[in-house]
Amino acid sequence: MSGTFVGMPAFPKAAREAVRDTTLRGNLRHATHTIRDKRAKAVAELADWQRLREAGSRIKDMTLRHLDDYLVQLEESVTAAGGTVHWAADAEEANRIVTGLVKATGETEVVKVKSMATQEIGLNEALAAEGIHAYETDLAELIVQLGDDRPSHILVPAIHRNRGEIRDIFREKMASWGRPAPEGLTDIPADLADAARLHLREKFLRAKVAISGANFMVAETGTLVVFESEGNGRMCLTLPETLISVVGIEKTVPTWQDLEVFLQTLPRSSTAERMNPYTSMWTGTADGDGPRAFHLVLLDNGRTDALADDIGRQALRCIRCSACLNVCPVYERAGGHAYGSVYPGPIGAILSPQLRGTTSEIDASLPYASSLCGACYEVCPVAIDIPEVLVHLRERVAGQGGPGHRLEKAAMKAATWAMDHPAAMAAGERLASRTRALHPKRPPGATAWTGSRDLPELPEEPFRDWWRRTGGGKNRT
Amino acid sequence: MRVALFVTCVNDAVYPATGIATVKLLERLGVDVDFPAGQTCCGQPQFNTGYRHETEPLVRRMGRVFADYDHVVTPSGSCVAMIRDNYPRIGHRAAAEGRGDELGRVAQSLVPRVYELTEFLVDVLGVTDVGAYFPHTVTYHPSCHGLRLLGLGDRPRRLLEAVKGLELRELPGAEECCGFGGTFAVKNPDVSAAMGIDKVRNAAATGAEVLCGADNSCLLHIGGILHRQDAPLRALHIAEILLSTEAEPQL
Amino acid sequence: MNARDRILARVRAAVEDAPEPPAVVRDYLVSHTPDDPAVVLDLLHENLADYRARVHRTDTAGVGALVSALLGARGATSVLVPEGLPPEWLAETGCVRVEDRPESTAAELDAVDSVVTGCALAIAETGTLVLDAGTAQGRRRITLVPDHHICVVRVPDQVVASVPQAMVRLDPGRPLTWISGPSATSDIELDRVEGVHGPRTLDVILLSP
Repeated sequence: MSGTFVGMPAFPKAAREAVRDTTLRGNLRHATHTIRDKRAKAVAELADWQRLREAGSRIKDMTLRHLDDYLVQLEESVTAAGGTVHWAADAEEANRIVTGLVKATGETEVVKVKSMATQEIGLNEALAAEGIHAYETDLAELIVQLGDDRPSHILVPAIHRNRGEIRDIFREKMASWGRPAPEGLTDIPADLADAARLHLREKFLRAKVAISGANFMVAETGTLVVFESEGNGRMCLTLPETLISVVGIEKTVPTWQDLEVFLQTLPRSSTAERMNPYTSMWTGTADGDGPRAFHLVLLDNGRTDALADDIGRQALRCIRCSACLNVCPVYERAGGHAYGSVYPGPIGAILSPQLRGTTSEIDASLPYASSLCGACYEVCPVAIDIPEVLVHLRERVAGQGGPGHRLEKAAMKAATWAMDHPAAMAAGERLASRTRALHPKRPPGATAWTGSRDLPELPEEPFRDWWRRTGGGKNRT
Repeated sequence: MRVALFVTCVNDAVYPATGIATVKLLERLGVDVDFPAGQTCCGQPQFNTGYRHETEPLVRRMGRVFADYDHVVTPSGSCVAMIRDNYPRIGHRAAAEGRGDELGRVAQSLVPRVYELTEFLVDVLGVTDVGAYFPHTVTYHPSCHGLRLLGLGDRPRRLLEAVKGLELRELPGAEECCGFGGTFAVKNPDVSAAMGIDKVRNAAATGAEVLCGADNSCLLHIGGILHRQDAPLRALHIAEILLSTEAEPQL
Repeated sequence: MNARDRILARVRAAVEDAPEPPAVVRDYLVSHTPDDPAVVLDLLHENLADYRARVHRTDTAGVGALVSALLGARGATSVLVPEGLPPEWLAETGCVRVEDRPESTAAELDAVDSVVTGCALAIAETGTLVLDAGTAQGRRRITLVPDHHICVVRVPDQVVASVPQAMVRLDPGRPLTWISGPSATSDIELDRVEGVHGPRTLDVILLSP
């Protein structure tokens, strides 16, 4: 994944800073609460939501089970429609292919449609190293790029910024990237959107090469689908001469009809709209309409590792709607950057450690970045049981015996032993109760708990002693 | 009908009053409750922290201890969720690892017999008015496991609404997690506390005297924050409210 | 081994022992709307308007005057015309007609004030117009670069209630553009704002025979 996230601290440490940043907390709270209620309303409009959810989940599971067949079929369909298919086992290979394709056109500029896959592989950095400028054209991506920032949300990468901050970034940075921000730019969202329109228009009109991802690829027809709102996607997909799409292999669906499920569930889950403003569907190249050359780069980059895990593979159903982020109480407080990945939030906590492995400090901490409250599973339009996968990945991390986990394992074993010997457990409880007057409310070494919470006062006697003493309350005592 | 109380490890050691209230409440409703002394813990802390194998002896113990009862009642939603959702998984994984179907059979036997207290009252005993009297303002925190995994729905609310003298106040953001999450509370203390502080703020905004829950692990966390803040609000398990009568008030 | 073979081999190894998942069941609704053309049309109108498209209703006799009025109200002096556009739609406007040609540049399109097209179909439940680059629709870019799009929907032939009903009528071999309202963004504080790169004004004419 992207080099910008290398060496990220573990989640708890990164989250600690975010929790204390009151502006960030306010921005995230405002944005996530706004979209939460809207999503609930948009979903409630469809009486068959649970059936659509189940169908979406099964379509994805069926695809994943036979992904080899569908990828081969997809390759044939795209090729027959005039496209060229490339395969990339990892980020480096994908970057090499794309860089080579851009260089072959002789261009030194590309326009980009928002794409998680190209962020994941750090494509912009790879292009820059070869002297190619990549311009992000999605409004939020533009804010992140101009602000020399990192994305913190799947759908709205600049969700951590409020309107005032966005205005300041535009005023300060637009000029060095092209057309400056209009004089006296306000922080009214419509004015900010207008400034982006003016700034990017010249880039769209002269672009010869565009790079995109895709939300879906239809094996049966070779059709690629991009959902968007602003029209920057359409600009990139139709005006340039060459289009390069980098897409994760799990974005495949078997049939054209399968799209009817996701066309209903994705917009409502994502932007809480009945339908997003623009959806583009293209199959190879079309005579005289849109790019003359179309390249599809199929990306693995750890996906087959996730696919090999019988519990973890459900994460590959993800359609990147970000409903799980918007509803997550941990994401709301920790912010997206703490997840150390282009995939933040609950889905990121199960996707990143599977794509990258659990050896780094951040990846080993992500499965624990959840209270397992289950709100993410409830809203997921493809029914990914995120808490189940989190616990499964915790088992993997605990099994590695990394920092802290050896001691933890010993403690868990001891606890299990005590709990499998009720007499020992009762003795421990009794001792704790009898010495309760000696227990401080904030014992040293327990700061993780007592930083903001007191410990409860222990009772005079544990329940089991009361039961024995009173015969379950029946004896008069 | 042989009914066993699974008091849970947290209630046994820290909140015996909840266990006692559960016993007395059920007795008042004519249910003879037994407390098999071999019980300890359902294994949720181990399992949710990633120690599935360490959980297995406790699954077997739960199966043995409660083998002879028609119903197992527990005043803890998260422990019921552990049994219902995760025991079958543990059994399935053990079988997949070539270790036979013993754990799977424990799950199969136990799952249909285990009830969270409010489920037992409403679904098995068919009561919502338990004859309680509690002249206080109360706001109810539904707890994630009860709300989303068990689907307790409006059962706790119906029970509380039938309590004489009790005024129920709507908790803003009721469905949001309080931030406890077992070992989450110590592995991610800052986020956990931030969530808890927001929960307490919402509860305090209702002006209620009591924050009621059906799961003492959440109340351990919320109560710890209330105590630290010296808040006038008091956390109380629903069993203790339902036990309360004019003759024997619980607050 | 090349990347293709390597990836396919890894996929096969990953799912080799996986059981066959449950079959896909399509028991979701084909439509959420009563099967009554008037109800469907009203829903389309309502949902288009809800996402800030400006919706107008007329018949064959009135369409020329309506298009002319809409262009006039905007002060448009030039209008892009796709191949096969019924001449009566533009019969009453004085705007300069600019033909959709393959060799026209993006900058040339940018200089045109408005575009008038038909569509392949419209979906009531989502307030969506689908263009398939067919007759009276032109290349995808002509409904993108100009800032004002007038789209004519033939009622009732081109109106369907739902997404599944639309899918069976569309040809995936054609380039398809689904349009639901003018361009918009939710990128600032997750709140929707209309008007970004695509046309900021979308007029939809529901044309009865």
